Amino acid sequence: MNEHTVKSYEEELALLDKKIAQMGGMAEQLLGQSLGALERRDPQLAEDVVLADKQIDALERDIEEQVISMIARRQPMADDLRHIMGALRITTDLERIGDLAKNIAKRALAIADESHPKPLMSGIRHMVELALHQLKEVLDAYAERDADKALNVWRNDAEIDAMYNSLFRELLTYMMEDPRNIGISTHLLFGAKNIERVGDHTTNIAETVHFLVRGFNITDDRPKDDQTSSTLISGS
Amino acid sequence: MLKMPTLDIHDTSTDARTETKVAATDVNVYYGEKHALQSVSVNIPDRAVMAFIGPSGCGKSTFLRCINRMNDTIPIARVTGKIIIDNQDIYDPSLDVVQLRARVGMVFQKPNPFPKSIYENVAYGPRIHGLCHSKTDLDEVVQSSLEKAGLWNEVKDRVNEPGTGLSGGQQQRLCIARAIAVNPEVILMDEPCSALDPIATARIEELIDELRKNFCIIIVTHSMQQAARVSQRTAFFHLGTLVEEGPTTEIFTNPKDKRTQDYITGRFG
Repeated sequence: MNEHTVKSYEEELALLDKKIAQMGGMAEQLLGQSLGALERRDPQLAEDVVLADKQIDALERDIEEQVISMIARRQPMADDLRHIMGALRITTDLERIGDLAKNIAKRALAIADESHPKPLMSGIRHMVELALHQLKEVLDAYAERDADKALNVWRNDAEIDAMYNSLFRELLTYMMEDPRNIGISTHLLFGAKNIERVGDHTTNIAETVHFLVRGFNITDDRPKDDQTSSTLISGS
Repeated sequence: MLKMPTLDIHDTSTDARTETKVAATDVNVYYGEKHALQSVSVNIPDRAVMAFIGPSGCGKSTFLRCINRMNDTIPIARVTGKIIIDNQDIYDPSLDVVQLRARVGMVFQKPNPFPKSIYENVAYGPRIHGLCHSKTDLDEVVQSSLEKAGLWNEVKDRVNEPGTGLSGGQQQRLCIARAIAVNPEVILMDEPCSALDPIATARIEELIDELRKNFCIIIVTHSMQQAARVSQRTAFFHLGTLVEEGPTTEIFTNPKDKRTQDYITGRFG
C-alpha cells in the first residue's frame, strides 16, 4: 500500500494501530492474571486486575477521541474508513474483555477462602487458555491484516462454547452432590460464562478484522454451541 | 424476527428502477496528437446523479464535454466512438447540435450569467428555442425555473436587476435556472461549487438532490466528499481512462481497483 501524501495522516493511522495493540496486550494480561488470582487464590493479584481495568477504560476513551478527531479532520475513505471504524469497534470489544476479566478477579476475591474443586478449576484453566490463544490470534490477524486468520478464530469459537457447556453440566452436578458447593460453584459458573463471553467478543473482533481487510462481512452462519440457556438437569 | 425499517442513504436501487439515459461506447478524444480520452464506455442512468472524479488532467471534463459536443468548439479536438442519448446517436452528422445542447444543459465552474437582467438570463433560452408563445408563458417558465433552482424567493422582487449583481452562489443557481428553463433531459455540471463558499455549496447540493428526481445529472467534482454526498454512481478517471465505475457507496467504502483506492484515500503521487 502506498503511503498517504499527507504524512501526519499516515502517522495517526499507525498510532491508532499501536494503541489497539497496546490495549489488546493489556486485555490478554488481565485475563491471564484473573485466572492466576482464581487458581492461586491471590487476593492481591485480583485487586491488581480490578485496578488495571481502569487503564484499559482510559485507553478506550483515548482511542475513541482519536477516531472522532480523525473522522472530523480527515474524512477517511475506503480502506482508511474501514480501518478507523474497525479500530473503534475493536476497542469496544477489548474494553468489554477487560471488564469480564475484572469480573473474574472479583469472583476470585469472593471465593479466595474456599477450597477449590480441582477438576473444575482445570476446566476453567483450559477455557482461559483457549480464550487467550484466540485473543492473541485475532490481535495478530488485526496487526497483519490477515482475513483468513480472522476467519479461523471466528470458526474456533465453537470449541470454547463446547467447553463451557461441559463445565456448566459438571458444576450443576457438583452443586447437586452437596448444597454447600452452591456458593463456589455459582461463582465459578459466572467465571466460566465470562470466559465464554470473552470468546464472543474475540469473535466480534474477528468479524471486524475480516470486514476491515476484505470490505464485506463474513456471510456464513457461525457454529453456535452454547446450549446452556436451554439446559436443565432435573433433580429427580 | 422484527423487520427493521431501512434508510437507503444512497438509494442504489435507482440502478434497477431507471433505465440508461446516456450510453457511451468506446469514446476516444484526441487533442491534436494527444490521446486525451481512451476508450471510455459507460452507461449513465436517468433520474440519478453520476459523479466523475479523478485528478486534474484525467479526462473527466473532456468526457463530460463530449456529452453535449462542447468539444466541437475546439478545432484540434477529434472524437471517436459512440454516445447514445435515448436511442439517438449524438454524433450523427444530421443531428442539430443546437437542439442537442438544449436537451443537454451545462453548468460551469465559474458562474457565468449573461450581462443582462435576472429575467433575461432565464428567458433567453426558451425564447430562442421558441418554447414560449406569449409573454405570460415566458413569465411562467422564468418563475418556475427560478423556483426549481431555489432562487425565486430571493430574487422575485428584483428580476429586472442585472444577474451579475447577485452573489456567487446565487449566480450559480441562476445559471442552473437558465439551464433548466429549456427543459433539458441531461444536466452536465463541471465543478459547479468550486468557486462557492460552504453554505452556497450546500444549497447547490440540496438543489442537485432535488433536481435528480426529474433529470439525469452528471457532475464533475474535485471534492470527493461532494461526490460521495450527492451522487448515486461514481466513475473514477485516471490518465485518460475510466478506471472504475459503480454505486457511490461501494466506490467510497470498498473500491475494487487499487488506483481508485489510492486516489480516494489520498495516497496518490
